[in-house]
Amino acid sequence: MGKSYNAQREALASLEVPLRVAITGGTAGLGLALVREFRDRGAEVAFVARGRERLEHVARELPGSHAIVGDLARKEDIHPIALQVIGSLGGGVDVLVNNASSLGPVPLALLADTECEELELAVATNLIGPFRLSRALLGALSASARQGRGAVILNVSSDAAINPYPQWGAYGASKAALLHLSRIWDAELIGEGVRVLAVDPGDMNTELHATALPDADPASLKRPETAARELVDAIASALPNGELCGLRPGSDPASPR
Amino acid sequence: MIPESRAIQRPPKARLLALDAEGQLRHIRRADFVTLLRSWDLVIANDAATLPASLRGFHVASGGPIEVRLAGWPSAAFHDPRRFHAIVFGAGDYHQLTEDRPPPAVLRPGDRLALGPLSARIEALLGHTRFATLGFDGTPDAIWADLASHGRPIQYAHVQTPLALWDVWTPIAGPPVAFEPPSAGFALDWRSLALMRSRGVRFATLTHAAGISSTGDPELDRLLPFDEPYSIPAATANAVNAVRADGGRVIAIGTTVVRALESAGSGDWIVRGGNGVATGRIGAGTRLRIVDAILTGTHEPGTRHHLLLGAFLGEMSLRQIDAELVDNRYRTHEFGDSLFCARCPFDEWPSIPIARKE
Repeated sequence: MGKSYNAQREALASLEVPLRVAITGGTAGLGLALVREFRDRGAEVAFVARGRERLEHVARELPGSHAIVGDLARKEDIHPIALQVIGSLGGGVDVLVNNASSLGPVPLALLADTECEELELAVATNLIGPFRLSRALLGALSASARQGRGAVILNVSSDAAINPYPQWGAYGASKAALLHLSRIWDAELIGEGVRVLAVDPGDMNTELHATALPDADPASLKRPETAARELVDAIASALPNGELCGLRPGSDPASPR
Repeated sequence: MIPESRAIQRPPKARLLALDAEGQLRHIRRADFVTLLRSWDLVIANDAATLPASLRGFHVASGGPIEVRLAGWPSAAFHDPRRFHAIVFGAGDYHQLTEDRPPPAVLRPGDRLALGPLSARIEALLGHTRFATLGFDGTPDAIWADLASHGRPIQYAHVQTPLALWDVWTPIAGPPVAFEPPSAGFALDWRSLALMRSRGVRFATLTHAAGISSTGDPELDRLLPFDEPYSIPAATANAVNAVRADGGRVIAIGTTVVRALESAGSGDWIVRGGNGVATGRIGAGTRLRIVDAILTGTHEPGTRHHLLLGAFLGEMSLRQIDAELVDNRYRTHEFGDSLFCARCPFDEWPSIPIARKE
């Protein structure tokens, strides 16, 4: 509204750099589907995972993407990850997807049977890790916002963040905290132009789901590729220049669940 | 002044000595920094993140232990980690005073350096026996990974506990291009940015690859500051050029912001967005074209940061400020207290009255 011609021209000039995206848990399930979806739609992608072997395998399959070894649950890993994210993406980042998640105890357990350490690990991975990494990248994200590119942090949520499913205590409680953190942070960062979203991608046919519910029928589950397309669309519509930010439209809009 | 030895970016008791454009000197809490600002002022900070630029290892030909301190970018392409200018030290670490460090083995072009997982080759010596251009082996992504795992922030003997990256990244840190932290930015937090907004104060950033502050060698120190590349976003340049028309002031957070803006505005007083390289020194006799005031650390006389203040104030006024800082036991160095200083509209303040406020 009321943007001068010059301001518009500069916003467009600053968009000549492709959208720069960081994704945690990027070598399996939804994370891997997000890496592929962003890449297919023209973004420059850095992705983080714990396992070096799988990371290198994905990096070989997707040349031009940036593979980073790191464990979000470890405080000492966060700034080294942030350094590599911003460094490998050429000095900035526009979108962070906190996707890496921990189920807590496996097999799933009643809360009273959950060891404190298992709850701690779920909270470290699902709440504190995303908090730490978002904070370490907030300088770069807010710089993107000030340059008119916009900036989005998307935290992958779950219906277990809302519904009290028995045996999902560690996961559900940590995801509920992440959901609330996202809502508060979004309100606090409005003035900086940084959006913080929490999105439930639905029940997907992923390793994480199979670990939690081995007997589920995969045919009844959503494809992670479908969820990835929806998440990228949600991010694009939260960016001020969503249609201009180099994100091409999804290629296969009517894929079945 | 007393060196601050604890690595705390925003200690609750941090103080600020403030000299305004009317020649009033005040002591305030640094957390109240925003009260010095007015509607339409434009605050500009350096959003460079600090590299883990200290790399331990050995000189392959002699087997001698070394510490490499990355110190500069050889070109304006300051996101490519394959080439750096660097200072090389011999055995020991930051616990010793820089000037007491032994020299490394004799370095020659073509020599190889083994730095943990990193491997580098001396491409050229830069007019000094231990100042060199290094070329690193590997892809940029692999070099970033090895810097992240092996590198440590450069630090000095006044802070004895080892620094981590989170100690030296300002809250707004983004591009990892600085060799030492743009530490004036430690004073900023997200609350102060929100306060500025609510007072009609604008905030913008640029990225300036702040270099090292001391090499421990008088000959090399005379070359400081090395050429420092910077990048000014178009939105920041626009805000600077609009501020005069709006009747506001340009307030630099730190000496690196002064260097970048005055370099970018040296031609015709207009700041253009884009990349540049700041060369030369700013000090007494430099006519500031862009910056009206600075928030900076408390610098000791003789340091290059202190010399830069000569562009804002006459010598007598600077001496009075130095005495005020010492008399009131202000802390110095990167984690110390702060100084706010508006450009004196004349050659010199005839005298500076001191108002105390708690």
